[in-house]
Amino acid sequence: MESLDLHKISVRELNQYLHKELPGKGVDKIEILNPDGAHNIAAGMDCPVDIDIRGHGGYYIGGMNKHANITVHGNVGWGVAENMMSGFVRVKGFASESAGATGHGGTLIIEGDASLRCGISMKGIDIIVGGNIGNFSAFMAQAGRLVVCGNAGDGLGDSLYEAVIYVRGKIKSLGADAREEPMTDADYEAVKELLDRAGFKHDPNEFKRVASAKSLYNWNADANQEY
Amino acid sequence: MSKRIVLEESAGYNQNVIEYIHRASATGLYEIRGMGAKRHLPNFDDLVFLAGSASRYPLEGYREKCTTKTILGTRFAKKPIELAMPITIAGMSFGALSANVKEALGRAATEVGTSTTTGDGGMTLEERQSSKTLVYQCLPSRYGFNPDDLRKADAIELVIGQGAKPGGGGMLLGQKVTQRVAGMRTLPVGVDQRSACRHPDWTGPDDLAIKVKELREITDWEKPIYIKIGATRTFNDVKLAVHAGADVIVVDGMQGGTAATQTVFIEHVGIPTLAALRQAVDALEDMNMRGKVQLIISGGIRTGADVAKALAMGADAVAIGQGILYSLGCNSSSYVQNGQHLDASADYEKLGTAPGYCHHCQTGKCPVGVTTQDEILEQRLEPLVGAKRVKNYLKTLNMELTTVARACGKSNVHHLEREDLVALTIEAAAMAKIPLAGTSWIPGHTL
Repeated sequence: MESLDLHKISVRELNQYLHKELPGKGVDKIEILNPDGAHNIAAGMDCPVDIDIRGHGGYYIGGMNKHANITVHGNVGWGVAENMMSGFVRVKGFASESAGATGHGGTLIIEGDASLRCGISMKGIDIIVGGNIGNFSAFMAQAGRLVVCGNAGDGLGDSLYEAVIYVRGKIKSLGADAREEPMTDADYEAVKELLDRAGFKHDPNEFKRVASAKSLYNWNADANQEY
Repeated sequence: MSKRIVLEESAGYNQNVIEYIHRASATGLYEIRGMGAKRHLPNFDDLVFLAGSASRYPLEGYREKCTTKTILGTRFAKKPIELAMPITIAGMSFGALSANVKEALGRAATEVGTSTTTGDGGMTLEERQSSKTLVYQCLPSRYGFNPDDLRKADAIELVIGQGAKPGGGGMLLGQKVTQRVAGMRTLPVGVDQRSACRHPDWTGPDDLAIKVKELREITDWEKPIYIKIGATRTFNDVKLAVHAGADVIVVDGMQGGTAATQTVFIEHVGIPTLAALRQAVDALEDMNMRGKVQLIISGGIRTGADVAKALAMGADAVAIGQGILYSLGCNSSSYVQNGQHLDASADYEKLGTAPGYCHHCQTGKCPVGVTTQDEILEQRLEPLVGAKRVKNYLKTLNMELTTVARACGKSNVHHLEREDLVALTIEAAAMAKIPLAGTSWIPGHTL
């Protein structure tokens, strides 16, 4: 394991090392010390490596990640794992706004709560939140799955496309065009697999499914803005 | 004696307004269309150059050199872009345009030494392969946005707004959301695609600064980062873009085009390019950032004269969208296929329009194969034919630009200056802060 200390090097030096020197070096585990809420740590990873961030991170931790397995031993700011393509990002604490925004693939696990707009415009990523999620989560979510073990705030799944949301707790309100649907066997299987992936012990039978009613897929002049 | 019929058109309720009311009443729908504002606006035609004479020395038109080299992204990027001319091709999406068109634009831009730009929907292989210098847009929707293409790009353009619809998201109506387009955007085939109007992972200017840094970190500080804004509160927005760390700022005025937007947006939101350009330059000068952060202006740049005037007012380069489409044959009565000119008039008629008036990009039924995803129609624009036309157009603009610059005594087009210009109308004088011709009067600034 290699330790990199952000008290001794800058985020820019760290990321350049991770992008340019690490691949092919044979190091399979990296520990980042003293993150102190810095932004953009391990953004743009493009190789399979385990990265442990020992403390809190700022914005865009693991942004656009490919292949890497990143664990944050603390909380994170906005846009953790935004636009992730593949790999794994786990936040041991809480996540601020737009967690997993626009993610195409990979798995994002937040053990605590996630704030507003969790999974906004997600495009294939799987997001599993141990706690609650804030308002307007999964807004315009296009593909992928969002599992919420706690409660969901207002406007959940507004203008959803093909993404599916599973919520264990209460939903304060659904957004435009989002609706609760019956859970199928495939849904229970999916929830079980996602919970197992995250290491969360819940009964899939406790979850409900939210998906798009697809009434916004094409313009409807008679809707008169009353969505 | 027969009764005389007096046809006196109302200024307020002219034929266009009556048609609008009739249409709204019949359908309950607002109009969505392509291209830019059709109303008259103060524009670059309202400025003219004061060329050399006794008080200024002109350069010889065909002998003395006048350089057009343009470098963009010198503030932070390790690898700024060097272009042979200050005329670039604006961002237009694959989806709005066909893959053939994107290839044609890449080829033309490469041949003349300038850049082309992706759009909402990601980067196609065709445009990457054909473009030596490709600017990759990061839009609110992030359709098709991925780190591999980000690294393949030569510059990144973070789009906050567009001149045709500042404050509005993009649209791509279902008829253009084909299998390939839908696949690139992770959308179901045939949906009326609505792009978000706000970015998903940042809101205010302080967040934007962090976002810009993230993109720099991912690309190891190599690529210039542009920030594109639709022209509204341009003075403040440009300052915020500088604060956010932009290498290059793109300001798109209200004459800028679109593939599909509500007409009410196109005609009634934003400020004219002329006013926006001056506000942008004032903002950079106010921050002492002129020359450090480069400025690209777009929205209704059509001719070499427009380019020269934009540069004289303080832009470092221009970006052209609609002019490029016209160059490809948009609104032409015919198209060229297998070396033959074929008549397209009937297809315009089917759309309820005619060559010279068409703005029906949103239908995907472009009679000349430019703004379409239809398998038959897209063949009407052959990449090599389109590339040649666009190359000719860009070369013409560049020659006109140097012609004017030489006449003004400049051996470098970037030496054109505001002092070289006067305004023909009070409106243009006020917006551009250029004196009315024959006077020293700038309305609102000098007595």
